[in-house]
This record gives sequence, structure tokens and C-alpha cells, in this order.
Amino acid sequence: MNAAPAVEARRLSRHFGAFRAVDAVSFQVPRGEVFGFLGSNGAGKTTTIRMLCGLLAPTSGSAAVAGFDVATQAAEIKRHVGYMSQRFSLYTDLTVEENLRFWGAAYGLHGARAAARRAWALDMADLEAHRRTLTRELPGGLRQRLALGTALLHEPPVVFLDEPTGGVDPAARRRFWDVIEQLSTQGTTVFVTTHSMDEAERCHRLALMHAGRLVALDTPPRLKASFGDGLVVEVRPQRPAAAVLAAVEQAPGVADAALFGDALHVVLTTPEAAARVREALAGCGEDGAELRAASPTLEDVFVRTIATARTGNKTLGQPA
Amino acid sequence: MIRRTLAVAMKEFMQLRRDWRTALALLGMPTVLLLIYGFALSFDVRHVRLAVVDLDGSRAAREVERAFVRSGFFDLVHRGADSRAIDPLLDSGRAQAALVVPGGFASALAAGRPGSLQFVLDGSDSQMATTVLAYARQIAAAVAPAGEVAPAVAPATPLVWFNPDLASSRFLVPGLVAFILMVTTVIASALAVVREKERGSWESLRATPLVALELLAGKTLPYLVLAAAAAAGSLALAWALFGVPLRGSLLWLALVTLLFLLGGLGWGVFISSIADSQQVAFQAALFSTMLPTLLLSGFIFPISSMPAAIQAITHIVPARYYLAALRGIVLKGTGPEVWGMEMLALGVFAAAVLGVAAVRTMRSL
Repeated sequence: MNAAPAVEARRLSRHFGAFRAVDAVSFQVPRGEVFGFLGSNGAGKTTTIRMLCGLLAPTSGSAAVAGFDVATQAAEIKRHVGYMSQRFSLYTDLTVEENLRFWGAAYGLHGARAAARRAWALDMADLEAHRRTLTRELPGGLRQRLALGTALLHEPPVVFLDEPTGGVDPAARRRFWDVIEQLSTQGTTVFVTTHSMDEAERCHRLALMHAGRLVALDTPPRLKASFGDGLVVEVRPQRPAAAVLAAVEQAPGVADAALFGDALHVVLTTPEAAARVREALAGCGEDGAELRAASPTLEDVFVRTIATARTGNKTLGQPA
Repeated sequence: MIRRTLAVAMKEFMQLRRDWRTALALLGMPTVLLLIYGFALSFDVRHVRLAVVDLDGSRAAREVERAFVRSGFFDLVHRGADSRAIDPLLDSGRAQAALVVPGGFASALAAGRPGSLQFVLDGSDSQMATTVLAYARQIAAAVAPAGEVAPAVAPATPLVWFNPDLASSRFLVPGLVAFILMVTTVIASALAVVREKERGSWESLRATPLVALELLAGKTLPYLVLAAAAAAGSLALAWALFGVPLRGSLLWLALVTLLFLLGGLGWGVFISSIADSQQVAFQAALFSTMLPTLLLSGFIFPISSMPAAIQAITHIVPARYYLAALRGIVLKGTGPEVWGMEMLALGVFAAAVLGVAAVRTMRSL
């Protein structure tokens, strides 16, 4: 195998009328990477994925997946890419086995290879015992693994998973991610969207989209390191934390404050603002509240990145 | 290509097997509808309420009366010797027709002169009046060969829609078969594709190497088989219950029916390429098939008596061609030399809608 990236987007754009769903997005995903794609709903994640799967033509820019151009080689892309869409899209009125048979055939598998791949999917998804179960009767976690299994039947080098763990319980989520990591070690490139920060932590690299643009792209540790020191503090008041939330939020220099169990997670604009937080606490009789430095979470990074991107966009939008 | 098409067809069959309601509706509905409408829909008039006014009082007059009752078309509701009874009877609707045997009827017959009978009809239902008058003429001619029925139909323009001597079910049932097949195939195929869009499986299908042709052919194949079975069942039922004969070739009948069904399936797929929800698809399928097939195919109203503009529209109603060929084959036993153009038109329609549907689906794929 050559060193060409599994996925490469070059100023990839898709406009719907005047709306720029995806706006000049560029990135590269090396082979075998678990690439996390984050952003709020409507940020352009699904549109990007649909273009990369050959389902939607780009308005401008280009992209290559597994070495094939998405605009001109859509048929090849479909043979070399697995896609698990946001909605559960297997046939719920077919059994597990019937679904595997159909999707295998749809991907052009037949004979011994099809049978071997079905056996692999049943084993991977732990569905041996449920072969003849109607898909609608499967619990959510098993359904998602079956969907993943069908997306991988044709052994694609690249697989796109659009919010694969929506509505799945934490234990099933964890097992799902074990499968993802296993795929990655075997050389499959996994492109995955999620809203869960726990899941984001398990990705090798993360891309954050906002309003159609790519606003951050790095490994989880480096994203957190980029946040700056002394900007996150944890406050433990004597009273329930909710009682002082409003006072802390309004203190000057506080960018964001959120309840975290019996503590407050506070993001500051400058390290010196910690003193303002103490004053605010004293102001509501919480002199004895514990205040200590904390490390930023990925969520802190994304909230701030998006806030910066918003103001940046506003500046851009103003007439020069 | 063929393997993948069959895979799609197999999948569709398995889903149909589980969704037995849809399969049953597709197979059973034509039969049920044919039974219901086949018996209800008839231009044959029976149980006409008849009043008899016998001013002659002769044996010959009673014979005429008996002939009318025995014919099975009339129910005697009044019998008298006063012609003034007729008006209130007809006005109130208690009688729909009145037979008046004038005085001197028997003696005229005995003298070898034509005896005249008067037949008074409620003409508000012009179609029924026309039919009844024809019956009356036949009966009177049979009893009193020299007699003459003088019609005194209340003001109404008689509109003769069919030959009353022909049992109307034989004429109507083929139309009914065409109508039912058209509506069910279009609805079935439109829903089959839109269902995938609603469920979200369409997106996943699009992400596979399946091409539009494989997908559409695979999806319509099971419905074609079911619709063909339903068509065979309906035509068999039409033969067994309504005496619709098969005078022509079964092979031609099968071929023409197949072309017609393909057109219906194609139209359904075309609708599904526009509609995004099953509800919209269902309504579009219903509206685009039901009224045109009912009104513009020659099923009930002959095309030749429509205004020219409407006649032009009937050219895009495939049931029009199917009906002409179907009636030709089953009733008259004619061959393709008579309805070859109709068969060609059905083929063109099927090819056109399937082609457009495939192109539209391909574009979205």
C-alpha cells in the first residue's frame, strides 16, 4: 500500500442555493486512523460525509477517498467505502441473516466470500444467537453493531459512521468502540461523527466543524494543551453548587460556568480572573469555598473555539 | 447485474411475505372489488314498478299483462281500469312505468288490425327509461305480433349509452378488471419505493454499488408477479361469475396484460421519484389512476361521444388501449390485426414511464 491518505478533502464545498452547508473544507486522514468529526447539528458533518461517500456532488473543491475522486469515480467509491447512515436503515422486517444476505449481495458479494463475510459479521456483532431474529426485535446496541457489520461486509478500506451510537446504552457504546479500535489496528480507516466527548477522546484526531467550516483539527491531547494554562478552575462551595452558579457566571472574566455534580466548572478569559471569582463567591457568603485549578475538557476547547469562530464570522460579515 | 437484481427482488419478496396485509391486499383486493362492483355495476334494469290499466278487460289484455310480469323485468304494483290513476302513481314514484291497454284492443286483434298499447314512462332517469322502453317493445312484439307500442315517454331526451340487448356485465367487467389492476399496481409500486425513502434505507441502498436499473427492476419484479396473478384471477373470475368469455388467444391476452401492468408499475415508480412520503405517493397514485381510468378509458362512457378536447386527453390514459384490446380479445376474439395499435401504445407508454422513472432515479442515485 502506498502512503496516500485514505481521505483527502481539498477546499471541498457544497452549497444549497445561498446556504453554504460545507465551505472550503480541507483535511487529510491517513490510513488506519480513527478520525472524529464533531460539530453541532447543521454544522455540515453529514453533508461532508455524503460527498465523501459519492452520494452528493461537491459544488466546488475536490476530495479523494481510498484513492478515488468523489466527483468522477462515484461507482468506485461505493465499492471501496462503507457507510453507516445516521438513521438506522437496515430492514427491520427482515431477520439478521436476511439483512446480511441482502446487503452482501447489494455490495456484489456472492458464494463462499459472501458466506465467510456473513460469518465474520455475525461473530463481530455477537449476533450468532440471533441469526433468525427479526431485526426490529434486537436491542439498540445489537442493531447498531449489525448496521456496522453490514457496512463492512465488502471489507472497505474506509468506513464512514454517522453518529453510530445514537440511542445506545453506555456498555453497548463501549463495546462498539472496541470494535472501532480493532478495525483501526487492522488498517481500516474509520471516519466517525459523534456528540459524545467520551467518544471523541477515543479518536486519534478530531475535526470540529462550525457553520460549514473546519474550525479545529488536532489530536485530543494537543487540542486541550492549546487551551492555555490557568484558565479552568473548579469551585466547590459549601452550599449546593447551583446556589452560586448565577453569581459566578456574572463575575467579570468568566467565559463559561457549568454545574459538574456538586462542583462548578468555570472557564476564565484570563488566569487573573480567578480573583474575580473569589470576590463573587465572597459576595454571596461563600468565603470558604474551595477553588482549584483544573484541566480543560474537550468540551471547553470546542465551546471556546466555536465562540471564537462566531465572533470571527461576525467580523467577516461586517462591511469593510 | 442479474444477481443483484434478483437479490433486490428476493428481499422484496421476503418483506412482502412478512407484510402479509400488503400482499393480501394486492392479490385479494382485485377479486373483492370485482365481486362487489361486478354485481353492483350493471346497466341492466330489473324490478321496474309497473302499473297496469286495463280499459279493455279482455283475455288478450290479460295475456299482455302476464307477459310483462313473466319477463322478470317488471313488478306489478297496481292494477286497475281507470287511466286517471296513472299520473299520481308516476308522480309519487310508486310506479315507474304504466301499461295502458285501450278499449277495443282485443277486437282489433281479432279483426286482424294492429292493436295499440300505450306505455307511459317516468323519464327522469333517461337511461333507465330507454332500457325499459326497449324491453316493453320486445315483450309487446312477442305477445301481439301485430300490435304496436306507442311510447308516451315523459319529456326527456333518451340517451342510448349501450345496446340494451347486450348484457352490460359482459361489457363492463373487462373495464372493471383494467381499472382495478391499474389502481392496485400503481399504488403498490409507488409505495414500495417511497417506503424505503421514509425508512431511510434508500440512503444506504444508494451507498452500495447497486445501480438504478438493478434497484428498480428488482423492486418491481415481485409486484409484477403479484399483479399478473391478480390479473389472471380477476379475468378467471370475470369468466366464471359474469360470463365474460375468452374468444381470442390466451397468449395475446397475457402479453397485452403484461404490457399494461408494466406501464402501471412504471407510473408508480415515477410517482415515487417525485413523492417523499407514503401519504403523498398514495394520493398521487390514486388520483392519477382512479378518475382517468374510470372516466376517460371508455370503461363507462364511450370515448367517441366525448368532446374533442377530452378525447385528446384520453390518448394518454393507458387503460384506454388496454380496454380496447381486452374487449377485442375476450368478447370478439379479434387478433392483433385489430388492436395492434393499442398494443403498441401500451408498449410505448410502459417504455416511456419506465425510462423516465429510471432516469429520474439514476439522477438521484
